[in-house]
Amino acid sequence: MQHTINMGTYYKMTKTITIAHGNGGEENNELIKKIFYKNFENEILAKSEDAAVIEDGRLAFTTDSFTVSPLFFPGGDIGKLAVCGTCNDLAMMGAKPKYMTCSVIIEEGFATRELEKIVKSMKKELEINGAIVVSGDTKVVPKGSIDKLFINTTGIGEIQQKGISASALQEGMSVLVSRDVGTHGATIFAAREGIELDTSLQTDCASLYPQIEKLINAGIKIVALRDATRGGVSAVLNEWAKSSDVCIEVQEESIPVSQEVRGICEMLGFEAVDLANEGTFVLAVNKEDEQSALTLLQETHKTATVIATVTKEHIAKVLLNSSWGTKRFLDLPTGELLPRIC
Amino acid sequence: MVELELKNLYDDFRDGETIKAYAKIIAEDAAKLEKPINIMEVCGGHTHTIMKFGLPQLLPANVNFIHGPGCPVCIMPKERIDHAYVLAMQEGVILVTLGDMIKVPGSNGSLQDARAKGADVRFVYSPMECIKIAEENTDKKVIFFAIGFETTTPMTAVLVEQVIKQKIPNVFFHINHVTVPEVMVELIDSRDVHVDSYNNEIDAFLGPSHVSVISGSKIYDKFPKDYGRPVVVTGFEPVDAMQGISMIVKQFVEKRCELEIQYKRVVNHDGNLKAQELIGKYFEKMSLFRWRGLGNVPNSGLKLRQEFAEYDAEVLYKSVLPIAEIEDHKLCICGDILRGMAKPQECTIFGTACKPTTPIGSCMVSSEGACAAYYKYGNLL
Amino acid sequence: MCLSIPSKVVKISEDETMCTVDTMGVQRDANLMMMENDDVKIGDYVLLHIGFVMNKIDEEEAIASIETYKEILEHMNEQDRQAAILEDDECPNRETKAP
Repeated sequence: MQHTINMGTYYKMTKTITIAHGNGGEENNELIKKIFYKNFENEILAKSEDAAVIEDGRLAFTTDSFTVSPLFFPGGDIGKLAVCGTCNDLAMMGAKPKYMTCSVIIEEGFATRELEKIVKSMKKELEINGAIVVSGDTKVVPKGSIDKLFINTTGIGEIQQKGISASALQEGMSVLVSRDVGTHGATIFAAREGIELDTSLQTDCASLYPQIEKLINAGIKIVALRDATRGGVSAVLNEWAKSSDVCIEVQEESIPVSQEVRGICEMLGFEAVDLANEGTFVLAVNKEDEQSALTLLQETHKTATVIATVTKEHIAKVLLNSSWGTKRFLDLPTGELLPRIC
Repeated sequence: MVELELKNLYDDFRDGETIKAYAKIIAEDAAKLEKPINIMEVCGGHTHTIMKFGLPQLLPANVNFIHGPGCPVCIMPKERIDHAYVLAMQEGVILVTLGDMIKVPGSNGSLQDARAKGADVRFVYSPMECIKIAEENTDKKVIFFAIGFETTTPMTAVLVEQVIKQKIPNVFFHINHVTVPEVMVELIDSRDVHVDSYNNEIDAFLGPSHVSVISGSKIYDKFPKDYGRPVVVTGFEPVDAMQGISMIVKQFVEKRCELEIQYKRVVNHDGNLKAQELIGKYFEKMSLFRWRGLGNVPNSGLKLRQEFAEYDAEVLYKSVLPIAEIEDHKLCICGDILRGMAKPQECTIFGTACKPTTPIGSCMVSSEGACAAYYKYGNLL
Repeated sequence: MCLSIPSKVVKISEDETMCTVDTMGVQRDANLMMMENDDVKIGDYVLLHIGFVMNKIDEEEAIASIETYKEILEHMNEQDRQAAILEDDECPNRETKAP
């Protein structure tokens, strides 16, 4: 799970839960803080990193649920997503994924062949991560209770590099992104009914541990690490700025975006930094490690780039610097992401 | 250059060097101005461009923006937002509208809230999807809650035409299209004698880009002629905006007062005549339409013509739709802010009762309205 | 303003009510009912808004605008160059004046 506490903005908790509460942005944080953190209060939870660090910093432990629709999308399916999602949460703590559980809730009438396909996808992804499923659960619910298939996975990993934390950023550090952004979100939107954009775009969904392993083996000290899932790169940068009490200054034109993602964003009125990714991570390192980290990242994706520097300009905010000398704040995305006319 | 490529139409109108060059030209010309000038960009889309590209930071101190009414949804009076909510909650109704409507708050909540309560609300990219939705749900009534300025109105007209031609029995319309020139007049010369528009500070208008594609620049003829306000119809890319501002500044320096078109690649004097015909065929003006924060603006709202009453959701659901006008909060000074007579921070409820999450007036409802922008960017502006 | 973007027409339906437009490699069907018959041709640049072709982009005007911007930049660069030379000329640290 990835959350942040205390956004410093007062929100009144609504009477009913809305779709926006699941958006990974402001409302989501509010839901988590006001209901779950309030009741489950403890030191480990309060750290709210991608995965919980337990057993004196030796292990990382995490869970995630997958409800994506459509179940099969260009470049992946819910199964691949379920393994990548949880293994990536572990990788983001510098942990090598080792053991997983897999629980599924299946809607009555779901095609067995599709289920088989999905599970085979999961198997393939587990092999890439070097992890195994050691426990699970299956439930079948009456038709109409859920939308085809929901998967929950938990994972445990062995931490290979300690101290990676969203609150560890300091002035002078560099922020890099592992590849071009917004691909998963754009792919899902394009495939959505009613929008029907024809594109060869594929999700970026991928297992990230292999890239993290490379960085750790090269002796690079990873200061902060996070995959840019719901809320996109925008959410990650904002969380880091607040957790570490720093300003993250982004060179706007350095943010890598593929042509097609740009096309979808133009058509629907989105910003690529607000769109979800499933195989893209943001990395903070000391300035002296910037070039070696970049070189390593570019071995996997040529589009990896340095996008920001940590400063003290506007504490707890993310600043976007344009190439013509203007600035603006990059805020956390709020509400449901929908195409707009104005 | 001989061959135009698609990417030229994007990149060349967003080029950082060109933006900086225009900033320089504007600064040089503005030094010759006799007094400061205030330019209103009418449409929320221009406000979006201005904020996103940080253009106020590039302008000299004597060239200022007065942010316009914002988006066509932000200016809708609360009672009409309530219409959307009430219709959505009706048994057997699928309410279809565009994404901009999702968060706008009415008295009972927004459409997002209605959906959370079980209403079937669908946000579409194109109005034509209503036909598909209607065909897939023949037992339901599909009501299209139409929003938008002149840009979006002809598309609704096409939908109406197709629904009639294809004899689709279960699509209905709630029309909330509004027009731009009338509200521009209201700001500088209010119909209401009790409203102080006499002291407004608007010196010139940056004319909306795509409204003008449909209606032509002819709709702004009266502003230089009868009201002494130059209008430059400008595109929505940052280079377009900077060029448009430069053209306005030059008019003041050269003591001209004219209607000019910056956005020449798509705007001309007459506009899209077929689109205008379609609008005229299916819609007519309402004598009054209430704008949030501004009160009644004559001839600024559209409704379905009488002969199409059988498709009009406002007629069909008359018995359940609230008619009481909901007054704007008495402390809301959006009207003055829109006229440049007050700034957001001078409003007594700015930042307290009125914030982006609990907006009261249109300047805060619109995510780029003057108040919302000031709230977000405050010390960067 | 209303979000509307330039796209290129790549296909037109037989009855000319619909077309396919391309925006940076992403394609979508668009409605032609707001345009006069025979007005839009394959290869035209058009403005797309909520699934409809709203207008054609006048290529000549677009090119004219782009040329204007080029000229402005050239002029600016020339001015900057002149100013730099002048500064240089007046620099007290120089031993000889530039011709």
